[in-house]
This record gives sequence, C-alpha cells and structure tokens, in this order.
Amino acid sequence: MSQIQTWTLVFIVGSFAVYLYIAWRSRVKETAGFYVAGQGIPTIANGAAVAADWMSAASFISMAGLIAFLGSDGTIYLMGWTGGYVLLALLIAPYLRKWGKFTVPEFVGDRYSETVRTIAAVAAIIISFTYVVGQMRGGGIVFSRFLKLDVTQGVVLAAVIIGLYAVLGGMKGITWTQVAQYTVLIVAYLIPAFAVAQQMTGIPVPQVSFGQILAELDAISVEMGLNQYTEAFAARPQIDVFLVTMALMIGTAGLPHVIVRFYTTKSVRGARYSAFWALFFIALLYTTAPAVGAFTKLNLLQDVNGVSANALPSWIENWAATGLVTVSDGASTINSVSNSPTSGADLIVNNDILVLASPEIAGLPAPIVGLVAAGGMAAAMSTAAGLLLVISSSFSHDLYFRRVKRDSTDKQRLLAGRIAMGLAVLVSIYAGINPPAFVAQVVAFAFGLAAASFFPAIVLGIFWKRCNATGAAAGMVTGILFTASYMIYTLPVFGTAANPHIFDISPEGIGTIGAIVNFVVTIVVSKMTAPPPEEISEMVESIRYPANRREVTAGTAADTA
Amino acid sequence: MTEVTPDKETRGGEPPPSAPPPAAPPDNGWRKEYWSRNLRLMVILLAIWFTVSFGFGILLVEPLNNIVIAGFPLGFWFAQQGSIYVFVILILVYAKMMDRLDNQFGVDEQETEGAGK
Repeated sequence: MSQIQTWTLVFIVGSFAVYLYIAWRSRVKETAGFYVAGQGIPTIANGAAVAADWMSAASFISMAGLIAFLGSDGTIYLMGWTGGYVLLALLIAPYLRKWGKFTVPEFVGDRYSETVRTIAAVAAIIISFTYVVGQMRGGGIVFSRFLKLDVTQGVVLAAVIIGLYAVLGGMKGITWTQVAQYTVLIVAYLIPAFAVAQQMTGIPVPQVSFGQILAELDAISVEMGLNQYTEAFAARPQIDVFLVTMALMIGTAGLPHVIVRFYTTKSVRGARYSAFWALFFIALLYTTAPAVGAFTKLNLLQDVNGVSANALPSWIENWAATGLVTVSDGASTINSVSNSPTSGADLIVNNDILVLASPEIAGLPAPIVGLVAAGGMAAAMSTAAGLLLVISSSFSHDLYFRRVKRDSTDKQRLLAGRIAMGLAVLVSIYAGINPPAFVAQVVAFAFGLAAASFFPAIVLGIFWKRCNATGAAAGMVTGILFTASYMIYTLPVFGTAANPHIFDISPEGIGTIGAIVNFVVTIVVSKMTAPPPEEISEMVESIRYPANRREVTAGTAADTA
Repeated sequence: MTEVTPDKETRGGEPPPSAPPPAAPPDNGWRKEYWSRNLRLMVILLAIWFTVSFGFGILLVEPLNNIVIAGFPLGFWFAQQGSIYVFVILILVYAKMMDRLDNQFGVDEQETEGAGK
C-alpha cells in the first residue's frame, strides 16, 4: 500500500518537474506567442498536443469504465469522440488556419459581425468553463486516492502548476507541456492494458485480443444480472445512439479549445497533417479503451462473483475509502454488480475507478499503479490548460479589447491575457473544490451546445458565401436556445422536474437536432436578408486556397523565393 | 472593420488578398476547378465516414453481429474498433490528396516559412 504511495509520489513529482522545466523554457513575450504559439509548432508535436488537450480526465479516467457498463452502446463515446476529427480536418481546420488569427470568436466576428463575435465569445467561455471544472475534479480524485491528500489540497496543487505554465508560456508553454503530458498519459494507459491483455489471453495487443474474452464476458454478465456485453442498444435505443454519436462528433468539431489548436501550425498543409496526427494519437488510446473496459469488467466480475462479502479482494477495500466502491449492507455473498447506486445490487462500482483500479484489479506491480496515477493527472492538467487559454483569450481578446478598450499596445494585451488566465485559474480552483451539482452531467452537454452553436456558423461561413451576419446570429441563438431548453426540460439538475424524453431522444443527443435547427434558421434568414458585403465574399474566397497561385501572370508579386 | 491586430500579412510574404484584381478574370477558371475538385473529394470521404460509422456501427450493427471474426461480432467491431481506424485513414488520404491537388494548381505553400517568422 505505502509502496503504491511512494511510486505515485515519484511519478507525479517527476512529471510535474518536467512540465515546469518546459514552461520556463517556452515563456513568451508577445501576444502571438501567448495565443497561437507564434504559429510555429511542428506538425507531429501539434498533433500530440491536440491529443493531450482533447483527452481529458473523462477520456482517461472514466471512459473505459463507462464502456464497461454500457457494453456495446459505449460506442457513442468511442465513435463520437473520434469521428469529429474527420469533420474538423475536412471542413474546418485548413480554412481557419489560412485565415490565421487568434481565437474562434474572432473568426465569426470577421466573417459576420461584432454581435456574432460577442455571442460566440460568451458561448466559448460557458462551454469551456463547465468542462474545466470536470478536469479539476478528476485531478482531485487522483490525489485523494493515491496520495491520501485532501481533495482541496489536490485541486489547489494541480491548479497552481497549470497556472504557472499557462500564465508564463501561454499557448506556447501549454503546447510543449502537452506534448510531454501526452507521452506520460499514453504510456500510462498502454502499459497496464498490454500487461492485462497478455495475462488474460496470451496476446499482448489488447485491440486484437479482447475478442477472445467477449463470449465469456457475455455469459458472466447475464449470470450477474447485467445485459449481454455485445448486445447492441441494450442501454439506449437505436435512434438515441445515432443522435448522441452525431452530437458528440459535430460538438467535437465545434469546440473552441480544439479548433484553436489548428491556428498554431506553420501552414495550411500543417493543419491537415496535424489533424491526422492528432487523431492517430487519440486512436491509440481510444482503440485500447474498449479492450480495457472489457478486460477489467471480466476480471472484476470473476473476482467477486459468488464471493462472500468478508473475503473480497483488497482493492475493493482500498477504493471503498474513496466512496467509489460500495458493498451493499445486507449482502453476504456478491451475486450482482452495478454502476448505479440505486440499483440495489450487492456491489456498486463507480465508472470512474475502473481505469485507475485496473492495475490493482489485475494484480500488477506498484510502479505501474503509480504511473497510471501520473497519467490521470497529465490528462486532467493538459485539458484544463487548453480550456483556460480559451477562457482567457475569449475574455481579454474578444470581449475586453473589442467591447471596452479598443486601443492598446501589444504589451497591455499580453498582460491582460495573463491576468484573465490567472483569474480563470482562481475561479476553477473554487469550482473544483465546490463543484456545482450539475457540472458532472453538463460536461457531455457542452458538446450539444457546441454542436448547436459553433459548428453550423463556422461551416456555413466557409462553404456558403451568401451566409450573412443576421442569419448566423439568428441560427446560433435559436440553436442554443432550442438545445438548452430541451436539456432543461429533460434533466432534473437545473432545479426543474425531469420530463420524459420525446421520441427516445436523450438530452445528450439533442445537440444534433439543435445543429439542424441552426443550419435551417441560418439558411432561411440569410436568404431573406441582404447578402454580405463584397469584402466578406473576398475573405471567404481567400481562405479557400492555401497560398497564392505560383505561376500567375507576370507582374503580380507571387512569392517564388 | 479595420483591424488593430497584427497579422493578416505575416505569412510567407503573400501579397494581401486585394492584390489579384488585375489578373482576376482569368483566375476564375482554375479557382472554380480547384474548389469543385476539393468538394468532390470531401463528399466522397464523408460518404465513407458516414457508411462505416453510422451505417456499419449503428444502423446495420445487428445483422452484422451475426458474423463473428476472431471473437468479435462484426457490427460490434466496427462500432468499437473499425470505424476509428477508418477515420484515421480518411484524414491521411485527405491530406495526401490535397497535397497533390495544391501542387497541381500551384497553390501549395512554399516551404520557406520556417525561416520567416
């Protein structure tokens, strides 16, 4: 036990030292460096940074556990959180990189109007904020379980480290630390997964070998009162699986902290390849996760099936201290397992611990457990840093300097960016310690809102010249209102009664419909109002071609140097 | 709408977008052609994206699950593994094909930027 603590400490302190060293090396002196890393990040490094930015505490800590309990329908997260990169690469990234400024609201501001920019900046802040709180909480879980620290101390410690390198280095510092964090988190995820795969099937590649245990897992699941693992639509109706997957995909392609990463590459071509590397790096974890889910679930079920309540394996006792595993009071032997506290099963296991506990469940040595803890921290910190940057840039660059103080020097802007970042860190510390009750659920809904607001405005802005400011503003507002209303209608968390789902559509899936509403409203209103001015058409035209044409008629200043 | 932010012309010494007017009319032909080829490629790749993920992974998952390969019901495999591999490949294909297209139309970026800014 204390051996696990020692190793955790070694890995966490070691990785933090690396992050701080990188932060010091990449501190910046101008706003271009602070917001878009001076547009000088090499493609593969940018891909790794996007992957770390993207894969949050939820991906690392919770996802395999969610899949383990959702079974086949866990696909909503697997496809939903990867498929969006295809949309991003084909529809958005190269064009926004060609246009090449600092923030996502800035693009819609230039393309449409200042009003749309303000709507976008506020939406970006809300979306990023709900998301960042989840990261702080994820970091807190790691600290409380592995180092026996108080959650409060854990959150403060993590936030101070993030704050240091984010304030010092801005996007440049964040990007290079994220490259290091990706390395830590992927190693931490893959080593135990490969070890478990080897142990259980003799084939060390989890992606290939988890097929071997599916039949067995189906059988034991049924025996313990769960659904057959590979049965489709056991957890959610088909139409909902479809809509949630779609909402997560277009939400991914519309999330400001993801899009902005493609501003940091050296070229348009770099943006395309960054998207490839990003998804490649993400896929390493995302194709492993369903295997981890299946293996850990089988291990867990076999460990406890029919075992008497006072002879349970030691990991259950260790995790019971965090309140994430509960043995039901009346149970003398374990005959049923669930992830839902209200199910009345003999053993209740929280989704969040399956990955963190998987090395212990499989009986792997202490250093690996410590490594997984450091990986969980890396995932939480890298995402939090990226989100804090969006909050700070939306606030200082898109709101303060556009709405309040329009003339200012680069120095002032940089200082304001840093102050906004510092404030965002403080607010997120507070929210991480006292998470608003709805946040845990709302993280998934941030996607719905991004899908219903940013995605249609950006895609139409690039692909349809006729789209105008009135249309985009109307579309974004109706998209957000529609989506948020349905979420409030179906969820009890906002203090209202939960109403039943209409047509089997869950609140996570409504973003797809919200996006369609946004598209329709934008198109109809644009058609009914005057076309955008000539210079907007020219701007749209110019972002469609990566560079000026080489062999233009003599005289024009095409750059051949 | 005049910009206070420094940027716009920091990349690779491209002339600002307002430069082409003298050569504009002959320009339009290649621009249309380039753009429609880009769109065609995009539509084909997105059709594959949709078929593999929403088609095989969700709409047809139940019939496909009757086929079992190496322990995996096929629909389940597409939903949890196969679609992700296809996504990665699609983006790589897009990037490669666009390299070719850019090159063909002479709009590829000169690799001089590293030295620039």
